[in-house]
Amino acid sequence: MVGLEHYLILSAVLFSIGLYGALAKRNAIIILMSIELMLNAVNIAMVAFSRYIVPLMLTGQVFAIFIMVVAAAEVAVGLAIIIAIYRHRETIDATKIDLMKW
Amino acid sequence: MGASVAFWVLASIAVLAALAVVLVRDVFRAALSLILCFLMVAGLYITLSADFLAAVQILVYVGAISVLIILAIMLTREVQRGSPSNRFRLPAFFVAVLFFAGIGYAMLNTPWQISSTPPLEPTTPAIAGLLFGEGGFILPVEIAPLLLLAAIIGAIVLVREK
Repeated sequence: MVGLEHYLILSAVLFSIGLYGALAKRNAIIILMSIELMLNAVNIAMVAFSRYIVPLMLTGQVFAIFIMVVAAAEVAVGLAIIIAIYRHRETIDATKIDLMKW
Repeated sequence: MGASVAFWVLASIAVLAALAVVLVRDVFRAALSLILCFLMVAGLYITLSADFLAAVQILVYVGAISVLIILAIMLTREVQRGSPSNRFRLPAFFVAVLFFAGIGYAMLNTPWQISSTPPLEPTTPAIAGLLFGEGGFILPVEIAPLLLLAAIIGAIVLVREK
């Protein structure tokens, strides 16, 4: 029988994969995709808590909806920034975008 | 029985697709497997009896965000170069494994108070009541379109040609 722990561990696995991708990749679009993966993992945990601990209140699902709104705004602005950087510097390699690094 | 089979199938495909996102060399294939992962997450929402959220997941993630990501990949011709790792590959791997070990230990050792009440079905009227009803989340609902408007205007300003 599948319980709360299964969903939580699945969410932790997806979050860790996204964390690895966000830390270890050079392509800025892949980094953004990894961040989306992490947000999805958090949403799974939210909905699982909502289903198994307070099944009649649904607050976890409402939080998941707000996380989706913020993720949509974040991906729009993030991709716009990446395209603007690509126009200026002809690269989206995150290790070469170091103008503000001293 | 059917629910647990569905969970294991959806979960294993989601994990494999997520691994493909960070391990595949081709950026475009990574984006396609990210879309597959989003679809599997929508299926997991259905197994958690969150029907409205599954529809929103498909509309927002599979429909809109994936199109944006693929558009950005097309606009930035880095596809030939693939998605190489930086020099923090091993430390990042250890950070991810340590994080997973810590959070998994915490998750498995917390005494969760599982409720035995069957979940609400369908969830759409209940979510509407929570979002717009008395004592609900009406203020965040009003702030969310402001955030989206700011994001849209910001994106337009950022990518506009001079």
